[in-house]
Amino acid sequence: MGEKVIMLGNEAIARGAYEAGVKVSSAYPGTPSTEISENLVKYKDDVYCEWAPNEKVATEVALGAAISGVRAMASMKHVGFNVAADPVYTAAYTGINGGMMIVVADDPGMYSSQNEQDTRQIARAANIPVLEPSDSAEAKDFTKLAFELSETYDTPIILRTTTRLAHSQGLVELCDRVVPEDRVYEKNIAKYVMMPGNAIRRHPFVEDRMKRMAEDACGFEINRAEYNDTSIGIITSGIPYTYVKEAMPNASVLKLGLVHPLPRKLIEEFASKVDKVVIFEELEPVIEEQVKSWGIEAVGKEIFTIQGEYSANMLRKALLKEEIQAKAPAQVPARPPILCPGCPHRSVYTVLKKLKLHAAGDIGCYTLGAVAPLSVVDTTICMGSSISTLHGMEKGKGKEYMKNWVAVIGDSTFMHTGVNSLMNMVYNQGTGTVLILDNSTTGMTGHQDHAATGKTLQGDITKAINIPLFCKSIGIEHVYEVNAFDLEELTKRVKEEVERDDISVIITKTPCVLLKSNKFTKKCVPNYDKCKKCGACLRPGCPALTKNEDGSISIDATMCNGCGLCRQLCKFNAIEEVDA
Amino acid sequence: METKNIMIVGVGGQGTLLTSRILGGIAIHGGYDVKLSEVHGMAQRGGSVVTFVRYGDKVAEPIVEVGQADVLIAFERLEAMRYIHYLKKDGVLIANDWRIDPITVVTGVAEYPENILEEIEKDHKVYRINAMEEALKLGNSKVFNIIVLGMAARHMDFSKEDWMQVIEKTVPPKTVEINKKAFEVGYGNK
Repeated sequence: MGEKVIMLGNEAIARGAYEAGVKVSSAYPGTPSTEISENLVKYKDDVYCEWAPNEKVATEVALGAAISGVRAMASMKHVGFNVAADPVYTAAYTGINGGMMIVVADDPGMYSSQNEQDTRQIARAANIPVLEPSDSAEAKDFTKLAFELSETYDTPIILRTTTRLAHSQGLVELCDRVVPEDRVYEKNIAKYVMMPGNAIRRHPFVEDRMKRMAEDACGFEINRAEYNDTSIGIITSGIPYTYVKEAMPNASVLKLGLVHPLPRKLIEEFASKVDKVVIFEELEPVIEEQVKSWGIEAVGKEIFTIQGEYSANMLRKALLKEEIQAKAPAQVPARPPILCPGCPHRSVYTVLKKLKLHAAGDIGCYTLGAVAPLSVVDTTICMGSSISTLHGMEKGKGKEYMKNWVAVIGDSTFMHTGVNSLMNMVYNQGTGTVLILDNSTTGMTGHQDHAATGKTLQGDITKAINIPLFCKSIGIEHVYEVNAFDLEELTKRVKEEVERDDISVIITKTPCVLLKSNKFTKKCVPNYDKCKKCGACLRPGCPALTKNEDGSISIDATMCNGCGLCRQLCKFNAIEEVDA
Repeated sequence: METKNIMIVGVGGQGTLLTSRILGGIAIHGGYDVKLSEVHGMAQRGGSVVTFVRYGDKVAEPIVEVGQADVLIAFERLEAMRYIHYLKKDGVLIANDWRIDPITVVTGVAEYPENILEEIEKDHKVYRINAMEEALKLGNSKVFNIIVLGMAARHMDFSKEDWMQVIEKTVPPKTVEINKKAFEVGYGNK
């Protein structure tokens, strides 16, 4: 028996990859998948780990490594999988050489995401098998199994997780790392060059592979029928399995570890042995629709929702008809996430708000600029979309319209896919103003490096892509760098650039307040003799500031980082800077 | 042993993750099966955060559901109110008597409720402490969460020595002493 330790689901996946002998990992950070790479890099002497600029690149890096003959992986959140879709669909055709796993983390309940899509649907469309673990121990075991299945069936394989699994901890037994011998790479254009003539021949292989796997899956240990009371038989997988075991430990359960392709014969056998089949799966009715299409009578989304997370109480209510003994939730003021005290984004939005500008927004902490009291951001769709949606608005409504709008995008998001959109604007003669909010990190996901920070995931110092030079090199004449907290300069610059009938980029270069390299030497304190109680300092919604009963303000000294935004907004010099 | 359900609620940035790590550590130390569930990502930016910890002979689901918490540890009063319906009828609330205004209150959209803990006391056993004040007396406001944990420890199944060993293993080496002192303050406050 190996040592038992408590591990986050994501940490267990990293451990599984290490034990499976993975040699290459590439990823773009995205909640709830980020900690996989952050934990895997602890084994950097054995596993090469990198942050890629986006998920398409990460998937291609992993595929390349797998074709060369070693075990490789990519990890991403569900929406990142859309970005990766292009190589994914065709990697299903080429297959692999060394094993290849793609970890995709879904987010039922949308704790940190812009939609609630179900990865299993894309996997079905792409003809890629999907494993789904139920806890940290399985997360590690299934990761190792993923590489074995990948190599047995010559296919990339998806390990699907959800936020609850990724961010839950459970006991995991550690094993040693076993590295399979590197496979020899042999030139094989019929397999690896997917031009029509070759792809036509690979497609039947793909269809046959999925059929073979579906048949074999009836005998996989991870697809397990647990027969107890046969009045109800529940088909489930992943985290929902734990809710079934919690609420109905005596029910018969068919636990699916492989959720695509489905083991049809096993499911038919299970259905024949129980009186009533219930399908308990979060998000889309993926298992349900297939099972019903085989003529099996079953209940699923008629009683369980498509939205959000499931629970044991859902089963108690819906199947056991139990009353849940609990009070109704109290009416409590909401506490939504907010920008930190000293966040440079708050300063930028204060300027944009004063100038009454609309902003085409993007994905990151700065999405919070959409809500009160800042209320500047008008749109948020997906990574990199700010610049291209701004361009579309100009082409729809004309150049004059651009004088009311800007695009805002973070540095990491700009590296991800914003660059493509900016190239389009240059090429197609856009005249809009793009603000790159460069805080020198990937903020929202917990501070990961990227191509413009000068440091790799493994901690090596590397070339940092120079964002202003990049913008100039693609033909943009008006590129400016401004300190986000210099309200006067930033206001002047934004005013000028939105008026200009030419494309401009303003880079607000101020590091994220949470970066450990930041040193805060100043704090802001109110001077009550001068305070006129006008409330101007409160308007940007800094959490360090509170309004006193007499209308004056207090500044929480433990929260204030001395950014000076409130001090600049006070017309009466009633906020002073002191040494921290 | 029947599974014990613990919840930690607070505001993003208050150190709920460190506290849950210690709770996970103590459960393993006691030889139990354990599952924890946390919130990462966007909600951590000053939002409402909740962590579930469950330990026992065999733990199935990683979350605590409404009406099932044996111990609710609240680092802030409003958050105690937000999650109080998770507490069992005979469960206990361990509350840091502390207020952090949410942005909805700061901007005047909502009002911070009065007498939160007094209202909860009508239905549940409440143990309260101004842990921030106590932590400042120790010279480090950051250890307030360990003071609250010390109070909660009275309602769990481990000895003080067990807790001290786990704290020693879990917190950064430089902060072991201050964290142990903080735990002591909470543990002594019945």
